[in-house]
Amino acid sequence: MEAVLFFFSAIGALGGAIAVVALRNPFFSVLALIVHLFSLAALFLLLTAAFVAAAQVVVYAGAVMVLYVFVVAYVGGDGESAWEPIPGQRLLAPLLAIALFIELSVAVLSSALLALGTHGPEVSPGFGDPAAIGRLLLERFLLPFEASSILLLLAAVGAIVLAGRKRETA
Amino acid sequence: MNIEWYIVLSALLFATGASGILIRRSPLVILLCLELMLNAGNLALVAFSRMVGNQEGQVFAIVVMVIAACEVVVGLGLIVAIFRRKLPLDVDDLRELRG
Repeated sequence: MEAVLFFFSAIGALGGAIAVVALRNPFFSVLALIVHLFSLAALFLLLTAAFVAAAQVVVYAGAVMVLYVFVVAYVGGDGESAWEPIPGQRLLAPLLAIALFIELSVAVLSSALLALGTHGPEVSPGFGDPAAIGRLLLERFLLPFEASSILLLLAAVGAIVLAGRKRETA
Repeated sequence: MNIEWYIVLSALLFATGASGILIRRSPLVILLCLELMLNAGNLALVAFSRMVGNQEGQVFAIVVMVIAACEVVVGLGLIVAIFRRKLPLDVDDLRELRG
């Protein structure tokens, strides 16, 4: 059962990722990314990370993607021109990506991490639920938590400065 | 499923995102591919946290989500600003700084 769920989610995540790269229309790329994010949320649930999965669906697939859809609708998603500044870029880039994948896989799988071939240890039922993550965030990781809240505020102000309409100063 | 499957899937997703950044020229799609790479990193973090049996990796994943949200907000702000100034939305045309 777990293997079936894993393979369905993995196919969803990988298919969504490839569709993001391959589709010409940016609007469809955004929709493919939403499929990818939902599949990743299912994978997080399989890894007993309930809170991360919920945050993924609510924050990412909900809020961030709505922002994307608005900007794509505003900017207008026309396709790219076929002009290539570097000859053979479309052939070289997938080759580089395959090399990167092989390198990452070799680096991780040939490492001395013996637990890689296991399911991981048995965990208590509360592993990864909101209460446990909340306790970690507000006790052990209080400083990073506050720093990330300041970062979010700075990003929001920065976006308004960047994209806001300039006052007409005649 | 063994943890190594998740790690290999995460490497595959990361490589897909990297190839997208290399191929595509629309800044919007490049931002989307950056999201793919960040999410692949998140998957690896959560998988390793399960492997160790420790929830701290999940907190890291949440912080990565916050960083991704900030990056999206600033990046989309930049794209809107580029569009307002009637500049082409193509990273190969916007290369005055390259010299």
